[in-house]
Amino acid sequence: MQDNYGFLGLYLLIAIAFPFVALGVAYLLRPKRPAPVKSSTYECGLETIGETWVQFKAQYYLYALVFVVFDVETVFLYPWAVAYNRLGLFALVEALIFVGILVAGLAYAWRKGALRWM
Amino acid sequence: MLKTETITINMGPQHPSTHGVFRMVLTLNGETIVDLKPMFGYLHRGLEKTSESRTYLQAVPFTDRLDYICSMSNNFAYAVAVEKLAGIEVPLRAEYIRVIMAELTRLVNHMLAVGFLFNDLGAWYTPVVYAFRERERILDLFEMASGSRMMCNYIRPGGVAADLPAEFLPQLRKMIPHLENFVREIRFYLSDNEIFKARAVGVGFLPADMAVAYSITGPVLRASGVKYDVRKAEPYSIYDQFDFDVPTQVAGDVYARYLQRLDEMDESLKILRQAVERIPEGEYATKVPSRLRPPKGEAYARIEAPKGELGFYLVSDGSPNPYRWRNRPPSLINLSALREMCLGHKVADVVTILGSIDITLADVDR
Amino acid sequence: MQVLDDLWIRIAVWFRGLLESFLPPWAVQLTMDVLGILLLIVLGIVVVLAFTYMERKVIARVGDRIGPNRAGPFGIFQAIADAIKMLTKEDVTPTNADRWLFLAAPIVVIIPAVLLYAVLPLGRGMVGVDLNIAVVFVVAMGGIPILTMLMAGWASNNKYALLGAFRTVAQLISYEVPMVVALLTVVLLAGTMSTVGIVEAQASFPFALVTPVAFVVYMLAGLAELNRTPFDLLEADSEIVAGYFIEYSGMKFAMFFLAEYINLFMVAGMITTLFLAGWQWPILPSWLWFLIKVVLVIFLMMWIRATFPRFRIDQMLGFAWKALVPLSLINLFLVALVAKVLEPGWVRTGVLFVSNLALLAGAIAIMAQVARKREERARAAGEAAIKRYYGSEVR
Repeated sequence: MQDNYGFLGLYLLIAIAFPFVALGVAYLLRPKRPAPVKSSTYECGLETIGETWVQFKAQYYLYALVFVVFDVETVFLYPWAVAYNRLGLFALVEALIFVGILVAGLAYAWRKGALRWM
Repeated sequence: MLKTETITINMGPQHPSTHGVFRMVLTLNGETIVDLKPMFGYLHRGLEKTSESRTYLQAVPFTDRLDYICSMSNNFAYAVAVEKLAGIEVPLRAEYIRVIMAELTRLVNHMLAVGFLFNDLGAWYTPVVYAFRERERILDLFEMASGSRMMCNYIRPGGVAADLPAEFLPQLRKMIPHLENFVREIRFYLSDNEIFKARAVGVGFLPADMAVAYSITGPVLRASGVKYDVRKAEPYSIYDQFDFDVPTQVAGDVYARYLQRLDEMDESLKILRQAVERIPEGEYATKVPSRLRPPKGEAYARIEAPKGELGFYLVSDGSPNPYRWRNRPPSLINLSALREMCLGHKVADVVTILGSIDITLADVDR
Repeated sequence: MQVLDDLWIRIAVWFRGLLESFLPPWAVQLTMDVLGILLLIVLGIVVVLAFTYMERKVIARVGDRIGPNRAGPFGIFQAIADAIKMLTKEDVTPTNADRWLFLAAPIVVIIPAVLLYAVLPLGRGMVGVDLNIAVVFVVAMGGIPILTMLMAGWASNNKYALLGAFRTVAQLISYEVPMVVALLTVVLLAGTMSTVGIVEAQASFPFALVTPVAFVVYMLAGLAELNRTPFDLLEADSEIVAGYFIEYSGMKFAMFFLAEYINLFMVAGMITTLFLAGWQWPILPSWLWFLIKVVLVIFLMMWIRATFPRFRIDQMLGFAWKALVPLSLINLFLVALVAKVLEPGWVRTGVLFVSNLALLAGAIAIMAQVARKREERARAAGEAAIKRYYGSEVR
């Protein structure tokens, strides 16, 4: 098992090297003729109006919050699923209650309109 | 709720789906449209003023360039206006040829409108490529008759530029069932697509009363449920001799406009069938002097172009050049309701709604 | 057949033997590992070249076109020509951009994509590393690109990119949940999180037959994670032009592009592994079976791309949270219950298959009902307006 992660570590190193090599080769090959107009922001051929980095709609973050809840849940469920065949009927009931609470939360968020895109 | 700021974003003039050089200044709260300012004029060529310094016949090619998708209809409307002004009679065969060309143009326009609507919805060019394939077949017919595929310059005051070649009508007869089949195919493959319906039903709703208030015409108006078609309301040419219906829809949304265009294609094919059967032999044009001097006066003529009511207002002072050459473009006037239709919808809907209005920027800016 | 089946393994063993003749054991292991990793990365790039060509050809044929046909016979060198063009293209960084973040995003996006290949079983005994938590590894690595897309969108200081980036956050994390639950169903059936173990658990029945709901949910979530039609709103070129990578050009753009296609192969490979019995099935060599299934899955995705319009952001998120999440959770407990009651075999598979189909049909019926309601509402609004205009009944 230790060997597996050693392999993955090695793989990670090579994977990190890969984009640097690719970008490095491109850096050597590509032409470099910067110009102010060329490096201006693209907005359909016009100057940008106003700030881009504004306080954006919070709606997106509500989804992120609901997501965090569900993702943590599934982390707990993975060991349950792996060992499921060796557990009794009680395990099923347990998981049902666990997920039931979360689903109630989802239903609450749904009712509250957190899932409605505005 | 947390404080959020709106952002202002330019959509166009250089954007893949504004159908030309059209620009919309969107104010967004998140992704919802709070305000929309349409800005156009990037393609203004001064066609009206230019035409005033030409003779009446020299102005015909300029009308091709108004709505370049439907050059035949533009020629038609202009020819009708000049004939009204100068009191020119048109032979019957020429009228039939004109109707055939106008209805073929309507087919071309509507199939492209449907195809590009799907492109705006993100259907990756497939519907539009099929629409283009059929369009090319119709353009073959145009080329056969006029020698040109897009800028036809074919329908002239007094009649048409040349008689139909011998092989035109047989080929058109073969085309009609083929095109009917194509419309059936579109209906079969696209109309019930759930994603398309989700994107189109209830989006860009234009109430009937508001549509009339904005003087919207064409398929967009009829999709809102108002039964108005110049071919029936004020018949021109020989449209009163054909048996066809004016289809309307109820919902007035993007989906209704899509269905409306398909229905209109069916009706156009109906007219084409009758025209092909009944077209008489005879002259294809009355002689019109190249330096036509209509009597002093004014004339307004309108036809039902594929995109809506296309009108020409001509004032003559008795000289060979028009004193005033005014054009009522359907694209521009239909576009005026864009803001009302878009408010409260998402960014993604704007392109769909714009696509469903079906504009040509050359027609908007002139 | 046997020879063909373990062709690659034989080559590897022969090569190891060759190395052992003149290198110490630790060096042999290291060389073999490095070579294996390089092979996997090269495989990734070859896959990108092959599938971009395939995608263009498939979409062209669907649209009754020919597709690329200039570079080489049938245009097969098109992808290589594109690669050379990317490599030698000027790279523009917008003046207003956050320079370092702008540079970091394309670097970070490619690393997890490449890493994922480590756990993909390409054939019998052909896997980079048989990790016992491979499924969690895949989910974890799949989460990193979300971050890089937000980085890219934010750093570009471009409004289209920003909109694209925010859409990314909402879309990708939303589809992560049904995807993970569908994975959970498979893990429950297989009793292991190792990809090799999951493939071996499908010796008699592929999980696509055992639990079609999980298969469909995973397929849809996979499409969403890949930003492919009908969920390609992150880059929706007809709306926000290209989304988060709008400002990228040259090799930096190529990094996003590479990552996208490497992930395409990865998701198709995961679908094959999890639901289509991976490299199993008789007669043909295992690695060839794997390749055939992956290509079929990718063809299906390309077909969808060529023929479907895209969703709108609110509809898409609603679809994830209100349709896929409940559906996959119900399915999870259905599978858990049946798995507890019945022994593995024909009966259990049959029961699960039928009940899953019923579940799918029910879900589709509910969604159709919602769609019908919406249509009725639109019609009623139109009718009211017409009445307002004409002052009386319709027509």
